[in-house]
Amino acid sequence: MAERGGRGTSSGGDSSLDKSITLPPDEIFRNLENAKCFAIDIGGSLTKLAYYSTVQHKVARVRSFDHSGKVRIALYSKPELLTCAVMRRKKNGNLKHRDYSVYKCVCFLFRVDKEDVMTCLIKGCNFVLKNIPHEVFAYQKDSDTEFRFQTNHPNIFPYLLVNIGSGVSIVKVETGDKFEWIGGSSIGGGTFWGLGALLTKTKKFDELLQLASKGQHTNVDMLVKDVYGGAYQTLGLSGNLIASSFGKSATADKEFSKDDMAKSLLHMISNDIGQLACLYAKLHNLHKIYFGGFFIRGHPVTMRTITYSINFFSKGEVQALFLRHEGYLGAIGAFLKGAEQDNPNEYSWGENYAGSSGLMSPSPDLCPMQRARSGTFDMFEMDRLERPLVNLPLLKDPSTYIPDTVDLTDDAMARKYWLTCFEEALDGVVKRAMASQPDSIDAAERAEKFRQKYWNKLQTLRQQPFAYGTLTVRSLLDTREHCLNEFSFPDPYSKVKQKENGIALKCFPSVIESLDSLGWEERQFALVKGLLAGNVFDWGAKAVSEVLESEPQFGFEEAKEKLQGIENHSVASCLCEGPPHKCALIFADNSGIDIILGVFPFVRELLSRGSEVILACNSGPALNDVTYSESLIVTERIAAMDPIIQSALMEERLLLVQTGSSSPCLDLRYVYQPYYITHVTGQLHFLSASHYSRLDKGLALLVRERKTDLVIIEGMGRAIHTNYYAALQCESLKLAVIKNSWLADRLGGKIFSVIFKYEVPLK
Amino acid sequence: MCGVFFFLLVFPWFGLDIGGTLVKLVYFEPKDITAEEEEEEVENLKSIRKYLTSNVAYGSTGIRDVHLELKDLTLCGRKGNLHFIRFPTHDMPAFIQMGSEKHFSSLHTTLCATGGGAYKFEQDFRTVGDLQLCKLDELDCLIKGVLYIDSVGFNGDSECYYFENPTDSEKCQKLPFNLENPYPLLLVNIGSGVSILAVYSKDNYKRVTGTSFGNMMSKEKRESVSKEDLARATLITITNNIGSIARMCALNENINRVVFVGNFLRINTISMRLLAYALDYWSKGQLKALFLEHEGYFGAVGAFLELLNSA
Repeated sequence: MAERGGRGTSSGGDSSLDKSITLPPDEIFRNLENAKCFAIDIGGSLTKLAYYSTVQHKVARVRSFDHSGKVRIALYSKPELLTCAVMRRKKNGNLKHRDYSVYKCVCFLFRVDKEDVMTCLIKGCNFVLKNIPHEVFAYQKDSDTEFRFQTNHPNIFPYLLVNIGSGVSIVKVETGDKFEWIGGSSIGGGTFWGLGALLTKTKKFDELLQLASKGQHTNVDMLVKDVYGGAYQTLGLSGNLIASSFGKSATADKEFSKDDMAKSLLHMISNDIGQLACLYAKLHNLHKIYFGGFFIRGHPVTMRTITYSINFFSKGEVQALFLRHEGYLGAIGAFLKGAEQDNPNEYSWGENYAGSSGLMSPSPDLCPMQRARSGTFDMFEMDRLERPLVNLPLLKDPSTYIPDTVDLTDDAMARKYWLTCFEEALDGVVKRAMASQPDSIDAAERAEKFRQKYWNKLQTLRQQPFAYGTLTVRSLLDTREHCLNEFSFPDPYSKVKQKENGIALKCFPSVIESLDSLGWEERQFALVKGLLAGNVFDWGAKAVSEVLESEPQFGFEEAKEKLQGIENHSVASCLCEGPPHKCALIFADNSGIDIILGVFPFVRELLSRGSEVILACNSGPALNDVTYSESLIVTERIAAMDPIIQSALMEERLLLVQTGSSSPCLDLRYVYQPYYITHVTGQLHFLSASHYSRLDKGLALLVRERKTDLVIIEGMGRAIHTNYYAALQCESLKLAVIKNSWLADRLGGKIFSVIFKYEVPLK
Repeated sequence: MCGVFFFLLVFPWFGLDIGGTLVKLVYFEPKDITAEEEEEEVENLKSIRKYLTSNVAYGSTGIRDVHLELKDLTLCGRKGNLHFIRFPTHDMPAFIQMGSEKHFSSLHTTLCATGGGAYKFEQDFRTVGDLQLCKLDELDCLIKGVLYIDSVGFNGDSECYYFENPTDSEKCQKLPFNLENPYPLLLVNIGSGVSILAVYSKDNYKRVTGTSFGNMMSKEKRESVSKEDLARATLITITNNIGSIARMCALNENINRVVFVGNFLRINTISMRLLAYALDYWSKGQLKALFLEHEGYFGAVGAFLELLNSA
């Protein structure tokens, strides 16, 4: 698909296929050259293509290539487009290897039968329900946040899938392999379109919906109050209820406006489908109905009417739900079906925010920028994660756990602040990215592209906070990481981290020495103070990065001076009173002083007390957070200086693991339970570049095996933006330094205030 | 009870069902009027009787469905015929005006009315026509009407019928159905909108659901659809839809007999046969679609029966 639109129309005169082909820009078919598996879903109005490609990411420190799989799915408005492109290549007779795979996907397309279509749809649906966070949302009419995203529930079955295309299909899904077409109706999107065209002479579906959103159905419909003069008391029917759709037009001698008729028609069809869906849900005792199909797709008007209808007919017993990636289900399913030999279900997958276009704006004119960017193309990119991710076994209640502390979709003030904050920090990130690759000739160009991309994402989110699910500080941070990665800046802080690690390692012996000279109580306090002071060194915080840029001599002692409110935390010692913990799990934050002078002395103290320690670091880079591979090197260096660390390593009482995440935040949530259990102990040194914040399965197993009874979560990203309210089954300590004055203000403190949250679960 | 006190019940005997689109009126014409009685009959009453029974059309829109007339009924000790008359609801003000001009109120009869219009036009009846309406619940009336008419039969024939081979125009047959043990029963009333009732006994029923998607007839469409295809497509679509919802309700309520009534089915064999077919097909023969000859008049009959009961 290297060939682009406009170029190379073939000379053959008979080919009607060759004319007016415009292939989408590069961005749409990103990484197509590495594609190895295709799936295509050609619907009546949209064509969906899914392909799997292996992407090479440079991992700076280890200088090796890491292969992670991606699935890209694009939505097209012109079904003929792909077929044309492929046919042309074939006729030119120069079928190379990769053209062949494209050709193959077209063959596949013609073999799709009806049953396959449904199978694909359900497969795709199950897949996104399990894998994509905030996939599901309910529509709320009279709310600031129209979209109410649902927390992924471990058990997605059973549910009803109502696909409203031209007609309506109603499918009951009981398990991953068991579903049944239980009903349907010929009154669907096609009916709205067709009758709408007849009534209003408006041929375009979107225009009909626009008419409908302006119209007043009460002018056309006969309402209960038109029949009764008021409400129908005995039945408790409100006077505003529609008694008869279009009922007024039968007898009134007047012209009806197009808007009103379109609205009435929309109500009629939505109500009808809603009623039918409710009856089926009731008959099969189901409480969740997912709606999809082009009638619904990205159209708030239809979501609203369907939701209303379901609420009305089910009296609230059934919930109308919608999917963010509803339009891609068939293509994802076809892809999964085609890729079965690759066992796609055995992996965890994550949405790549950089490669995906968000949920459409309720009205297209609201956000022309987004439209302009992707044209008529919508994209959905998922990354296959190397390792299955599961929930932390120590979560008190995985089904109610929400990692994020603040929902920015809800909190408009916080949203405004954080979007601005990320905008203002962008220059610095761009500069840092460029500086991290001084030898690259196109670094400046790529950095500029990154700036543009992330800036556009931020603008999209300003207009449509719900574009990628619930907006959170975590999703903003993750999006930035995804964008950096897309333009091959996998680790802009690698040099900073190396330098700081070097400096901190040099200070390590003296820090240990001064700690060892203290009495027990003072030492506990000093250790906690050190832990917090270390956490000041965070390049992700603007206030800190400015200090670090301008004051190169700023060090550990200076950081201790900055801390606010630390004197009140004599509570620190209570953590270390009583019998030693069996095993402590520590989620580390930054490289350099944080891990080496803050965390390691603390680890050392725990080890000396006889506790085991699991030190969990990110699998892939994010900001200046310490990565797993870096932690290996750092630990090796420290072990060489410190016999306690050395012996703990040898005896496997100190274990280094990766979290499976490359996010500055931490998601402890259950997302996906793979079908099989592997023995992972031997694989702990596996490298992965998954840019997702969920938990590595190996880590989860280890936590269980070592009977972890203390969890320490460090840093703003992991302990404040996420997990601040996380309830665990065991003792937990969440600590961070608030390095953002707005947030400090909001929490009622000053910048550099410390958060020290020690929780003991009720027995 | 009314047999004893029949003399208290003055003529004329009406039952009125004022729907969203149509007004249905049943009128009992006594045929056992003695000469003496006739002599005493006030002029107003006589003129109403003559007017209603000697015409088949009233004004430009009122119609008497002569073919539905029930002959030789005995009610409250009186013998007579029951007439079925309908006119559009938008002519209701004219109807009330006429009642006022003809001094209907001087007859001291009670006007039993059901349907939404009984509420909507109550004020007009009182102020313009000087008439006090006796308002009755429309679902009560509907069920009473259905049970009564089915019990008296249709002039010796069966009121209830069904279709055999509904899809085959050659072999399709309309056959009588015995509704002697009617319960449980799903009653689907297709008027302007659709009401679906599950009836378990004379007094025990519930409204299962309702829909606004009934007899859709837009002015716009009537004009633009000179094309029969379009009209037929619309008819089939709506009918299938009603059938499908009725079927789901029957399944949910575990009822296998579905009686369709309402004026949507008037001279609408296409819809009836389609409903018959759809119910049979989708339920694999488990459900039976039944129809009644007096389609849309049961509410009015129910109101009429209440009048007799009130005596």
